Amino acid sequence: MRDLLSISDLGADGIEEVLRLTDSFVEVSERRIPKVPTLRGKTVVSLFYEDSTRTRLSFESAAKRLSADTMNFSVSTSSVNKGESLRDTVLTIEAMGVDAIVVRHASAGVPWQVAQWVGAAVVNAGDGWHEHPTQALLDCYTIRERLLERGGSGSFDGLVVAIVGDVKHSRVARSDILALTALGAEVTLVAPPTLLPPGIGSWPVVVSHDLDAVLPKVDVVMLLRMQVERQDEALLPSMREYTATYGLTRDRARLLGGEALVMHPGPMNRGVEIAADVADDPRSTIVRQVANGVAVRMAVLFLLLGSGSEAHG
Amino acid sequence: MGDVALLLAGGTVVDAGGTRRADVAVAPDGTIAAVGPDLAPEPGALVLDATGCTVAPGLVDLHTHLREPGGEEAETVESGTRAAALGGYTAVVAMPNTVPAVDSAAVVRQVQELGAGALCDVFPAGTITVGRAGTRLSPIAEMASLGVRLFTDDGTGVADSRLMRRALEYASSLGVTLAQHCEDPALSAGTHMHEGEWSGRLGIPGQPAAAEELMVARDIALSRLTGAPVHLLHLSTAGSVDLVRRAKAEGVAVTAEAAPHHFTLTDEACAGYDPVFKVHPPLRTAVDVAAVKAGLADGTIDAIATDHAPHPVEAKEAAFDQAPPGMLGLETALGLALAELDLSVERVLALLSWQPAAIAGIEAHGGPVAVGRPANLCVIDPAATWTVDPAALASRSRNTPYAGRTLTGRARHTILRGEPVVIDAKATR
Repeated sequence: MRDLLSISDLGADGIEEVLRLTDSFVEVSERRIPKVPTLRGKTVVSLFYEDSTRTRLSFESAAKRLSADTMNFSVSTSSVNKGESLRDTVLTIEAMGVDAIVVRHASAGVPWQVAQWVGAAVVNAGDGWHEHPTQALLDCYTIRERLLERGGSGSFDGLVVAIVGDVKHSRVARSDILALTALGAEVTLVAPPTLLPPGIGSWPVVVSHDLDAVLPKVDVVMLLRMQVERQDEALLPSMREYTATYGLTRDRARLLGGEALVMHPGPMNRGVEIAADVADDPRSTIVRQVANGVAVRMAVLFLLLGSGSEAHG
Repeated sequence: MGDVALLLAGGTVVDAGGTRRADVAVAPDGTIAAVGPDLAPEPGALVLDATGCTVAPGLVDLHTHLREPGGEEAETVESGTRAAALGGYTAVVAMPNTVPAVDSAAVVRQVQELGAGALCDVFPAGTITVGRAGTRLSPIAEMASLGVRLFTDDGTGVADSRLMRRALEYASSLGVTLAQHCEDPALSAGTHMHEGEWSGRLGIPGQPAAAEELMVARDIALSRLTGAPVHLLHLSTAGSVDLVRRAKAEGVAVTAEAAPHHFTLTDEACAGYDPVFKVHPPLRTAVDVAAVKAGLADGTIDAIATDHAPHPVEAKEAAFDQAPPGMLGLETALGLALAELDLSVERVLALLSWQPAAIAGIEAHGGPVAVGRPANLCVIDPAATWTVDPAALASRSRNTPYAGRTLTGRARHTILRGEPVVIDAKATR
């Protein structure tokens, strides 16, 4: 594998491989000195055209724990508007000698364009509404970790997952749907029609507008961040009405089974899509997701840049 | 020099009057001197071989963005008309969304002067509203007095229904036609492709077919109300074609055009995020492509218009949602029309030459191929096979979505007022 642009680049086998590798990097992360020399001499640059604290820090921690050198190229929208084209920026960075470029951009598809222009490995760290593959991988890892902790096989076959909220504008949802369905889970999207993508009928998912009916049946409920600025687009009457119909309120959380997982990619709007005490409930995996994020990204960088990548040519 | 300066020998003449085996002799004054089988070459006359070829009135494009003034980095009148001549065109209507816009007599004159001596005749269109801002009417009568026959705010539609009504009423006394870029701005704001299965998957904001159809329906209603003709630019949806078909059956004074990319490509082409496939109106679905083809076949759509929209390389090396919409078209339209439409050469030429000439009110182009008429002609080799190479195009820009595609059928010679400006697919000056 040369780049990680989409979950569909991996397929079920590729996802399984990342999850297996992640196990060993979780172990590394738990050491007193959580660092291995695997990527010594490699350079990983984060090219973030969009503000992101957690994803950028997570990738940088992952690279550093693998002993790679890291560079951080934060591009504010204003400097882009000063005229340098995306291609020129990317070629400039490559000329500095980098092995991997981790790209975050507000526009869908930018990682595909970057991958065409450079020889370095490209990792999609989120492109517009489109995909966020490492988030999906860490979500899958977190689900499997919980299933195994409970003495299960860790299989996703028949697992019922509800993804609730603004699917239309969510790169996390698109990647999660691809990953979860590839692994055999059954995905139900729960959202008002204004927050669902066009053409949803051809997706391998079930659509519901009734969260109360869905919750008792799910093994996992994933809540998506509601972006408050979306109110201006007449997608919803009000945040209050959204919370009343699609928020995981304290009352609604009682409909969940005792074993059900509550997930959120962060950052959370407490009191909008998730009630504060539900976020802190023992069924919530939200903090665990962040911790696993570093190990998953170590696995991805290792696959692209480590000895494994050379073996694959 | 005798009475014949140029002889097109051995071809088949096709015009609105029909098809016949004939040579065409052109007088030194640039008019057609004789049309008939086996004309004898006069001493000193240039003889161009047309064996196996179609000799037709030069093609007429209703929809060319020449970009000058203001966008010379992308195209100039000189480079755009060169591309047009190589594509078989002898006349293009230059869209007025330049900088400044063609919304005054001064800019009309500027474009006309730039077009004088070009390889293809240039007919500037004027804007309907000042600065294409959609608030005040442009000086339509003043521009009409300079010969402007088509007015449009192309790039955007005139959203204000009252203003559009007034524009139609005002223009109806001037013998000019208003042309609409049909797109409801509220439904299309912030969108970059067709809204459908592909936009949903790709995470690119899309505009529904209804954004176009709303304005098509409105302008049909306004044409019915005012009696003024409306020309609908670059129709792209099955619903639009259906609306126009019904309006024509009813007798509404509406004409329509479609662009080659809307009968050749679908929204699936955007899957690789290459902004070369970004265009407005956007590439639609296979159902829409079939409807556009059916509309061209049954006469619902009157013309193939290129919407030739050059953009410099760097503008298209941006993110998909930040790149400007538009694709090149002048050099590939004929080949695509011959390849993609299941129509006779005669029907294709009607759509590319005399029907658009009539819509644009261009009397000197579009035939017929007859004695005394200006010799604005193109000689088409229907069997010529060629591969689209962006670097080899005459346009200043490279944004063709057909790179690497092999086309059959090409303009071999182009004759502008008797001057062979293209011989054997090469410009002569």
